[in-house]
Amino acid sequence: MSNDTILQVRGLSVDFPGRKGDTTAIADVDFDLKLGETTCFVGESGSGKSVTARAVLNIVEPAIIKKGAIHLVDVKAGQKIELSGLDPDGAEIRAVRGARIAMIFQEPMSSLSPVHTIGQQITEAILLHQDVDEAEARRRAIEALRAVQIADPEQAIDKYPFEYSGGMRQRAMIAMALGCEPDILIADEPTTALDVTTQAEILRLIRGLQESRRMAVMFITHDMGVVAEIADQVVVMLHGRVVETGAVDQVFHAPEHAYTKKLLKAALGLDDAPARRRETPSDEVLIETGDLSLAFPSKGKLFKRVAGVQALDRVSVELRKGEILGIVGESGSGKTTLARVLMGRFQPQSGQAIYHMRDGGTRDLTDKASFRDGQVYREMRMIFQDPYGSLNPRMTVEQIIGEPLLVNGLLKGADLRRRVGALLERVGLPATAMERYPHAFSGGQRQRIGIARAIALDPRIIIADEATSALDGSIRAQILDLLLDLRAELDLSILFIAHDIGVVRYFCDRVAVMHRGRVVETGTAVQICDAPQEAYTQRLISAVPIPDPRKRHLTAS
Amino acid sequence: MLGYIARRLVTMVFTLLALSVVVFVVIQLPPGDFVTSYIASLSAAGESVDQETIIALRERYKLDSPVLVQYAAWLGDLLRGEFGYSFEMQRPVGEIFSQRIGISLAVELTAVVVMWAISIPIGIYSAVNQYSIGDYVATILGFLGLAIPNFLFALILMYVCYNWFGVTITGLFSAEYMNARWSLDRFLDFASHVWAPILVISTAGAAQLVRVLRANLLDELNKPYVLTARAKGLARRKVIWRYPVRVAMNPLVSTIGWVLPTVISSSFVTAIVLNLPTLSPILLRALLSQDMYLAGALILFMGLLTLVGTLISDLLLAWIDPRIRLGMVGAN
Amino acid sequence: MSIIPPADSPDTRLEAPSGDIDPRIDGNAGTESQWQLIRRRFSKHRLAMISLVILALFGFVALFAGFISPNDPGDVKARYTFAPPQGLHFIDRTEEGWSFRPYVYGYDVEIDPVALRRTFVIDEEKKIYLTFFKRSWEYKLFGLIPTDLHLIGPEKTRDPLYIFGADRLGRDMFSRVAYGTQISLSVGLVGVIMSLVLGVIIGGAAGYFGGWFDAATQRVIEFLRSLPTIPLWMGLAAAMPSGWSPLQTYFAITLILSFLGWTELARVVRGRFLALNGEDYVAAARYDGCSHGRVIVRHMVPAFTSHIITAASLAVPGMILAETALSFLGLGLQAPVISWGVLLQEAQNIRTLATAPWLLVPGAAIVIAVLAMNFVGDGLRDAADPYAN
Repeated sequence: MSNDTILQVRGLSVDFPGRKGDTTAIADVDFDLKLGETTCFVGESGSGKSVTARAVLNIVEPAIIKKGAIHLVDVKAGQKIELSGLDPDGAEIRAVRGARIAMIFQEPMSSLSPVHTIGQQITEAILLHQDVDEAEARRRAIEALRAVQIADPEQAIDKYPFEYSGGMRQRAMIAMALGCEPDILIADEPTTALDVTTQAEILRLIRGLQESRRMAVMFITHDMGVVAEIADQVVVMLHGRVVETGAVDQVFHAPEHAYTKKLLKAALGLDDAPARRRETPSDEVLIETGDLSLAFPSKGKLFKRVAGVQALDRVSVELRKGEILGIVGESGSGKTTLARVLMGRFQPQSGQAIYHMRDGGTRDLTDKASFRDGQVYREMRMIFQDPYGSLNPRMTVEQIIGEPLLVNGLLKGADLRRRVGALLERVGLPATAMERYPHAFSGGQRQRIGIARAIALDPRIIIADEATSALDGSIRAQILDLLLDLRAELDLSILFIAHDIGVVRYFCDRVAVMHRGRVVETGTAVQICDAPQEAYTQRLISAVPIPDPRKRHLTAS
Repeated sequence: MLGYIARRLVTMVFTLLALSVVVFVVIQLPPGDFVTSYIASLSAAGESVDQETIIALRERYKLDSPVLVQYAAWLGDLLRGEFGYSFEMQRPVGEIFSQRIGISLAVELTAVVVMWAISIPIGIYSAVNQYSIGDYVATILGFLGLAIPNFLFALILMYVCYNWFGVTITGLFSAEYMNARWSLDRFLDFASHVWAPILVISTAGAAQLVRVLRANLLDELNKPYVLTARAKGLARRKVIWRYPVRVAMNPLVSTIGWVLPTVISSSFVTAIVLNLPTLSPILLRALLSQDMYLAGALILFMGLLTLVGTLISDLLLAWIDPRIRLGMVGAN
Repeated sequence: MSIIPPADSPDTRLEAPSGDIDPRIDGNAGTESQWQLIRRRFSKHRLAMISLVILALFGFVALFAGFISPNDPGDVKARYTFAPPQGLHFIDRTEEGWSFRPYVYGYDVEIDPVALRRTFVIDEEKKIYLTFFKRSWEYKLFGLIPTDLHLIGPEKTRDPLYIFGADRLGRDMFSRVAYGTQISLSVGLVGVIMSLVLGVIIGGAAGYFGGWFDAATQRVIEFLRSLPTIPLWMGLAAAMPSGWSPLQTYFAITLILSFLGWTELARVVRGRFLALNGEDYVAAARYDGCSHGRVIVRHMVPAFTSHIITAASLAVPGMILAETALSFLGLGLQAPVISWGVLLQEAQNIRTLATAPWLLVPGAAIVIAVLAMNFVGDGLRDAADPYAN
């Protein structure tokens, strides 16, 4: 055991007691945390990462720590405390929580009490563990806020969490965790709910604080890119067990366990994309929008009028025949609003969106009347983000896929059944799947059903709104490949809305980058991803973590 | 904040106007105007009415004018504090009001306080110790509280007290204190009577409040901020009191809005079974004899009480919840 | 690579691992329809299942009130004023041994010479044997078929049979409660059906059209919900002309109840409508080319029928309690009509109550019925959305 080891976990097992016997959450987990090092725990959801983290603090109800030892070392005194055997609500473990081991969580908004100020929540921990008066605690809280780079901490301390932005809230959480200068910081997916640029800032902040204070950081994530950016050590978990442990470079470049290799392949797979053959875009334009502007009206609140949101600000893009156009941006950039305008769900205040129909006519998609005869919906189809919400759970797959064929009066009876079967097989599902309801299927399978429904009418255009962002790595690649095949086969043009640069680089021909309702840059996918011109695009691209520790660029000091 | 109060007051005035229209319609519903039915009831009792009184009455209430004028006259009278004349009781409505309103309010407000005092600790206990024996007992009692109508509960209580303890629990005063001046003795006598109606009135509302609080708190107990607080090193008990209970209280404050109508409704029935000297038996008698002027004024008054209660709860909520105070979310 | 996880819940309960995340499409997985799933979930709710059986029993009593009643509920027998309940016995023990032969004991009347009051004493010497499928007084089954067949009755028609005792006029409480069940349950059901119609139409229109109509509806609902209901109900009930026939009063009362009871249902319908309008699968149906009507009927209605049934079933007990309270106060249904509330009117006086506590039996019927309905409603609510976690 080296001098820097601060936490030593051996044979840790956590069980959920149940009526039909116990279920194992984690079993025989071993790892060490060292001062001045970041250890990343990586694995899919349900692999036991969060349980492990909470077991360290001994807060696992309703589960119980079955066996194992968690030794927390007091480096100065050279003593060890065993945490797993302590009373989960006793004074001894409570003296450790917040003071020596602090924790931050994924959802900064819901992790902070909505009815207490940030200051009240930070000083509470300080007053609890340190023998100081209120004024001193407040001074230290302001210092902590300053340390996490919150502007004007003297004012910010008296604000409520809902007055902060998402990134600021996570900073405030970190400030709260650091208030008592702990030896160990546990961060449970702290950046997962954040936009990519904010994620980069938070990662940089955690890394910086960890180095300057020589903390041990236990960082939980499912994102190999984040691991590569921040980890010194990596622990890979699968089904509640540790399958691989090692230094970050070794795990990424000489992985031993098959599962680690699979995770890496899924993360890197999309990065090898430039190998994909690009279609030469045709010059025929299918949709062209001119200066679309849409502001959502302000909502009258109780005390003040909140200004309306400019969701689209003079947006001009064009979708050419046979191409995949990516619309990229962070949350709130207006990309989903654009898709909804094109589908006739919202009408913009100004601008136009001309669609060139199959029969040579044109329709203005900003006019509700253009959709009335349903012809536009036959040629332009949509794939949704949420594979669970986009399929009616009360209809069988046959009814779901058959619905557009049926209501458009194209097929019925045995013909309809045959066609649905063929469509299912085309998207890689057995025809027998048609008798089942959507809840029988996994996310990826459901997304395939959604695709089958979209192509049922033999459309020209598919609008895919974040169609793969709810899927895990390897399944996402399969769905993207399916769409690529279908495009070639059915001569489709795709408008692909995404926030994930990796997916865009792999999948799109051309990309339009949106920021605060405006298109800031348009170009080919390679151009945008490798040589962005505009400052915002550069910031966006450079904030994307690269799943290779040798190319670390976000946290490099 | 001031603007908010002003806006709420304006809304309340409009609601009150709407209520007055509804009440006026109710007054107008029985066939024939009430002077006719008054005369009918008098002559049924063998008394006769002189023509002049009839004309004066018809003039007084503008019964020969269009409905709108009648409504305006009625509303104007109410605003001037003239609540009309009860034919049934042969006294001005205002006089009956002032005599009984104190007792009515005392009983109802005490019931509200008792209701909260019972339900908050039980609700918190139930949620924190979910699936414990105490929780099951509270849940079963809660279901019973919802299923037993007030008047039935009052009847059973009456029967039990009479049969097993030989106590009659009707009324609010013993005979010797009925018309006495307020004194310590009279107050003690009052206290020895008032527990029964308070108990009956508060149970039904308490059962609902416990359910609401328990559900809210169970929701809050699993929120991530509870975990955050525990990870700080706070003891479980302290965490519960300082965070989820505090947050779960907010929707509870907003329940004043429906607690008051419930209390007024249930105090109504209870007062009649237990024969309390409150406004309720007067309203019942007025309704049964179709003395609609008195009944209308009483219903309007009960509505006003409810609206004031709702206003207070909204203001209280804005005061304790920063999200509403700072205008981030609406009060409803 | 940044990944937004599938909509994460703000719930921090640790969950047991669910095993294989990617279910295979084999076996019978996912072949059950919504209603099969709901039924399966509901049947796991033990209390709700027991309550359902109890309610079925109540329903049977309501439908076959005449068949079940041994006596005519309106039959006045001054001899038996306030006769106490007789215990039912099933096994007859005589010298010849045991046999299954239901009987009750007869009454002896003693007259208190001081108070000149008649008191009944159960006479264990007098056995009144009962027979099944006894023919006695005439009634109309379902109000249509004239018959005189009854489930049970004394062998000698003139012998008294008062299982729940008798009231002030010597009328049989058991038969009266059975008939009261008919009226009280039907008031609840009819009232809920009426408010359901109002609620679904108004709430649905508010949810679908939105805009000013929605805003206006919301205000009206808020207004109605802020009123103390009982006084207002009573005001309306009191305004009914006294000359109306029992049937007219009956419908007027149910109408009044439903007039103020539709708000909750309208709120539920509107809420579901708005929630569904935001669902991707409803948007998908529009993009599939479905007409407004088809979107509503095929895609939205199936998703909220279970919720509406739940809300309606939870509204029934409220209606029954309200009718009972109104009738009890003398403002609801009137005397020749028998409802639980009308029956309890007899129990208002403390002295009567002390002499004949069995007059509270209709109260027990109310409590049991309302409890069972609440439990069934709770079970339905838990089962209504089988797709939520």
